[in-house]
Amino acid sequence: MENSHSFVLLLVTLNQTINVSVVLIFAGLAGLFSERSGIFDIGLEGKMLISAFFAASVSYQTGNVWVGMLGGIAASMVFALIHGLTSITFRGNQLISGVAINFLASGLTVVLGNAWYRQGGQTPQLSGAARFHEITLPFADTLRGIPLLGPLYSDVISGHTPLVYVAFLMVPLSWWVLYRTRFGLRLRAVGENPASVDTAGISVIRLRFTAVLIAGVLCGMAGAYLSTSQGAAFGKEMTAGRGYIALAALIFAKWRPWYLLMATLLFGLLEAISNLFPNIDVFGIFTIPVQFTQALPYILTVVILAGFVGKAVPPRAGGEPYVKER
Amino acid sequence: MCSVATKGRQETAAPSTAPAIELRGISKAFGPVQANKDISLSVARGAIHGIVGENGAGKSTLMSILYGFYKADAGEIFIGGKLTPIHGSQDAINAGIGMVHQHFKLVENFTVLENVILGAEDGQMLRPSLAKARKLLAELSDEYELSVDPDAMIENLSVGHQQRVEILKALYRQADILILDEPTGVLTPAEADHLFRILNGLKAQGKTIILITHKLREIMEITDTVSVMRRGEMTATVQTKDTSPENLAELMVGRKVLLEVEKKPATPGACVLEIENLRVVDEKGVERLKGISLAVQAGEILGIAGVSGNGQSELMEVLGGYQTATGTVRLNGRELDLTGRHSDGQSRRNSGIAHVPEDRHREGLILEFSAWENMAFGYHNDPKYNKNALLMDNAALREDTRQKMDRFDVRPPIPRLQAKNFSGGNQQKLVLAREIERNPDLLLVGQPTRGVDIGAIEFIHKRIIQLRDEGKAILLVSVELEEILSLSDRIAVMFDGRIMGERMPEDTDEKELGLLMAGMGTREAN
Repeated sequence: MENSHSFVLLLVTLNQTINVSVVLIFAGLAGLFSERSGIFDIGLEGKMLISAFFAASVSYQTGNVWVGMLGGIAASMVFALIHGLTSITFRGNQLISGVAINFLASGLTVVLGNAWYRQGGQTPQLSGAARFHEITLPFADTLRGIPLLGPLYSDVISGHTPLVYVAFLMVPLSWWVLYRTRFGLRLRAVGENPASVDTAGISVIRLRFTAVLIAGVLCGMAGAYLSTSQGAAFGKEMTAGRGYIALAALIFAKWRPWYLLMATLLFGLLEAISNLFPNIDVFGIFTIPVQFTQALPYILTVVILAGFVGKAVPPRAGGEPYVKER
Repeated sequence: MCSVATKGRQETAAPSTAPAIELRGISKAFGPVQANKDISLSVARGAIHGIVGENGAGKSTLMSILYGFYKADAGEIFIGGKLTPIHGSQDAINAGIGMVHQHFKLVENFTVLENVILGAEDGQMLRPSLAKARKLLAELSDEYELSVDPDAMIENLSVGHQQRVEILKALYRQADILILDEPTGVLTPAEADHLFRILNGLKAQGKTIILITHKLREIMEITDTVSVMRRGEMTATVQTKDTSPENLAELMVGRKVLLEVEKKPATPGACVLEIENLRVVDEKGVERLKGISLAVQAGEILGIAGVSGNGQSELMEVLGGYQTATGTVRLNGRELDLTGRHSDGQSRRNSGIAHVPEDRHREGLILEFSAWENMAFGYHNDPKYNKNALLMDNAALREDTRQKMDRFDVRPPIPRLQAKNFSGGNQQKLVLAREIERNPDLLLVGQPTRGVDIGAIEFIHKRIIQLRDEGKAILLVSVELEEILSLSDRIAVMFDGRIMGERMPEDTDEKELGLLMAGMGTREAN
């Protein structure tokens, strides 16, 4: 009895981990593409936020969540374009540009939300076709009876919204693009030594813009997931620092797709635990307070960024605008 | 992209009598600076053509125009007799031009194969291109002594091998014309010889090679024809066999230049610097100096030869006071603090060490600051420069700078000019003036003539020897063997953090030193 209870708890925890990891996976991969091309992207947060807002708004107006998602992606890409213009075309400071994008998104979503819906920055609740719903994978019910693997398939892997599966498929896809295609080779090269790409007769600017726009699309999906899949409306500051956590995961993962999946799942697990078990009782001796479990992902972020987890070598040309040498 | 390149090659290959490259009336200005003035040049097919000139003479600009990095303001480029407009590097590559830059354009954490195919992939997928490159590399390595491990990471390769990868990159793109910009600057003599064998092999296959260098000996050794550039103009093009290094130097500078350094035999006095068992471990835990012992006497120049990165920089940093170490260093018999409170640049200066750092842009000057501000560095506490405890006496500092500029022939002699606006030679003279005029017991000089034009080299060498004749001890670090051989009274060779041996300049030659620099030969000092 005790055992089966723990097993159910485990399944619930894993299920929740998957749900909360999705945003981090999308955002982490967005950062991966951008930073691998040599453009630091601290504006993941802002791009997700603006996307979350527009995805919810467009969904609400059109009643079609897919159109809503496209709206979110478009908004995120506009922000990505701003980042590209300042940091690639005008060779500005990439960190400042990213911070500006975060501020802009944070302010703009509230202003527009108030102006359009007058609900204190919220968008109206989405329902029906205006939000994503869980899909049940084939044979989920028939296979549930198989010990261990059955429930794992039926209760953990099955029963998520479509974007969850998209996110997990993005990881091998990103790996394949980066390491098996011409575009990936050039993208990695431009983040390490843009001069090598330039002298090979390839446009550094075009490559970097492509990378930044890919980051825009991925952040767009992350934002749409937040407001139309995980939630059913946009809420003020609903990204809650996940863009920064994704950056920490990216550093933890040393800018590699598979490691990134592991890192985001770890962060996801911590968040799931804090959601599901607010107060953890340790052998009846003392209780770990909810504030502590909630703070865990952020504490881990600080630990990672402080460099306690090995040495992570960022792309060598990261953060530097490319100027042709004489 | 690649099919275009092949097509272009076949077209240009047809008329074989036309020169491989012909430039007509090329001009290029950067703001008010005329980098290239009406330059015409013709290079015959299958020739090795040298281009010499001082820094800033316009060699690199001209080659950058040919490789599509810059667009000329005026002029035409003919490749194989055909007018070929070059708007970007892709055009140059398509026209069969390959370039090996002075600073390699390689991705450090890519493999050799990945670097070779980058930008010249056959399709969206990498696998076929990688297989093709692997096959071609195997062929080329047999043909031209260009062997490199195709799966090695660039960062794990020696500089000589990295350069081979650059050449392979050009050959993979089917280049007929190969431009090499200062290719031997970072090579040991043995590696340079190997490179010349490769170039001769390429020439035998009908490739045209343009060699940009400031080393006249190399020009004499390997080129068929040579062009001289001065102040943006092409001043002469001659057959190499009809000229001499003295003649070329005169054409470069516009006046007669003394290539040999004139100096009297040294009269070494008391021991000024004694180093025993000096060890340095860097922040990654790698041992950079593995127990060095050296001594320098008053009135002598000890030259340290070696390929860069073998511990010379760390040695200079320790003596300069900004790198901690273990072991003992004594200056005039007094032990220096190598780790503690007195291990800093100021303490070193107070004890009588002056330092002309290896990299003047990073350690010798602040380029954005004016000449007179730079003149205060390290000596800002000098009472001469200070009115009282709070205020500096900038007027005195400026006046002092002006006088130093006079004595060291810094041009233009304007103290208010930013350091970045001086040429390399004049920047170096500024640093030398600051350090030498402090009358130190020991002068540390790193790469005194790197990026310095011939005229200034002559002056700098003279001043260093003058200081020696005044009875000062001088520790010279240079990667230029010629400089080491002509200036030093004694030569120590460093390899992999160790002293491989000491030689007297009159008893040794470049070949022997080259072997020591490559870690071969007997180990004596350890």
